[in-house]
Amino acid sequence: MTTIVIVIIYLGLLVGLGIFSARYSRGTAADYFVASHSIGPFLLLMSVFGTTMTAFAMVGSTGEAYVRGIGVYGLMASWSGLVHSAVFFLVGIKLWSYGKKYGYVTQCQFFRDRFESNGLGYLLFPILVALVIPYLLVGIMGASSVMTGVTRGALPEIFPGTNGSIPPWLTGFVVCSVVLTYVFLGGLRAAAWANAFQTVVFMIMGCVAFYIIADALGGMQAASQKVLETHPEKLIRGDEIPYMEFLSYCFVPLSVGMFPHLFQNWLSAKSAKTFRLTVIAHPIFILIVWIPCILIGIWATSAEIPGPNGEMVRLIPETANPNAVLGIMVGKLADNAFFGLVAGLVTAGILAAIMSSLDSQFMCLGTMFTNDIVFHAYGKDRFTDAQKVLMARVFIVLIVVVTYICSLSNPARVFTLGVWCFSGFGALFPLVFASIYWRRVTKMGAYACILGTAISWFVLFQASGYGEHGEYKLFGMMPVAVMFFVSVVSLVGVSLVTQPPSKETIEKFIPSKA
Amino acid sequence: MRYVIYGAAILLAVLHQDFWYWDDPTLVWGGIIPIGLAYHMIFSVLSAVIWALAVVFVWPTDVEEEVKEALAEMETPSTS
Repeated sequence: MTTIVIVIIYLGLLVGLGIFSARYSRGTAADYFVASHSIGPFLLLMSVFGTTMTAFAMVGSTGEAYVRGIGVYGLMASWSGLVHSAVFFLVGIKLWSYGKKYGYVTQCQFFRDRFESNGLGYLLFPILVALVIPYLLVGIMGASSVMTGVTRGALPEIFPGTNGSIPPWLTGFVVCSVVLTYVFLGGLRAAAWANAFQTVVFMIMGCVAFYIIADALGGMQAASQKVLETHPEKLIRGDEIPYMEFLSYCFVPLSVGMFPHLFQNWLSAKSAKTFRLTVIAHPIFILIVWIPCILIGIWATSAEIPGPNGEMVRLIPETANPNAVLGIMVGKLADNAFFGLVAGLVTAGILAAIMSSLDSQFMCLGTMFTNDIVFHAYGKDRFTDAQKVLMARVFIVLIVVVTYICSLSNPARVFTLGVWCFSGFGALFPLVFASIYWRRVTKMGAYACILGTAISWFVLFQASGYGEHGEYKLFGMMPVAVMFFVSVVSLVGVSLVTQPPSKETIEKFIPSKA
Repeated sequence: MRYVIYGAAILLAVLHQDFWYWDDPTLVWGGIIPIGLAYHMIFSVLSAVIWALAVVFVWPTDVEEEVKEALAEMETPSTS
């Protein structure tokens, strides 16, 4: 019960943050959508990190490590540390410069201008939105799984059908409502402040949870030793993660180059120097979040608690959904500390991580819709600032409702669904890279790349049972490798046989060296 | 210097495929961390080091200059 009260207080604080942030609003659409370019290095780091470290990182990694062992860190986290910073350095700063010089607010605006094509934006927009939806779904599912795990047995009279846990439909509804509220009140500024606040909260509480869980298991050394004795396969990669799969995961982190909400974050930076802290600190921040989650996941395989007859029984039931492992560990091991206060704060910290990416995505969707569809078709000056903000909000609510309905169907593992989402964006990476560095890339090449990626993504996602078959591979590699190949071949092949943009446009983006 | 740093990043990417620890369940660092995980923790730290070197030695100052010049041109009133 204490846990639930603390979570309610925390959610109330977030709504309060939105109200506070709204007081600083300049009332313009520019301020609502890009916080008037006033976000400095610390806020950018917190915002980028909070956006990328999601339910996928906390709930997903713990559950996946529980199933597949330590190799999960190498699959995603260590690759991401190297690749994300590379993308920020090589692509992010260039995109920032284009946004500053030419006033872009969304990536569709950039691509339309780069390729002299209105149609490209109309093609890219629904694909980007479709790929963001699984990302939202991961967040909502993650929050629901955590609350289900943490509140197991807490409210049996109210929720008998879920063993006393708060049901997923209720958590999902509350989380969506809270995030929508503070985003609606304060726009991107509220989202950035909330991200910073929530990133600090989840990093601190993550460390606290880790310490308490380790202590409850007899200490870190004892917990690891127990795994060595009972489930040594979790301490290696072995046959569980083949070499080619491990290698092919390198394409997944390229997704940051095409995440719509990160693009917006780059635009909201004060200057290029703002990126420095993010480029350097990002791999370390990933390590700080992922290592405790991976350890908790593998320790969970061997953790035991006293059963009803005094015998030691598994802490995680055999039938438990991997998504619920983190929640169960926190709920059962941290709950006794300080009358459940710590469990409540840790749960709030986990929800903080999840909500810090949901808010950026919500904002991003609204901005994309108004700029890339409405303003582009009807003209920006036709609408007042209040109308622009209202249109964004209506579209956001529509997408959130669709995602919420999808979440009720109990889809795949959080980690698996997250990887599918990232794979789509990762396969589109050649488009943004070529736009910045290759003078010969053409409009038709861009069309071919986008369509090739979208079709291959959908075909493979369907073949995997919509993410149900977590270990779906092609030629021993992750599906993203095949999608990336299709993307590159389409982009390069079609570009080489079609007309490039005008010399003026090419010079605008890739000036020839004097 | 640019090519040294980019080369180091590529070398690190190659070293990501640590087949020598693939089947080794040894616990290190006080018997807490499996050696395969410890290796990748060091990998993450080295990633940060490489990108710190990139920020210090090969920061794209030309990009910042381009933006400054472009913004200055936009603010200069037309004399026609």
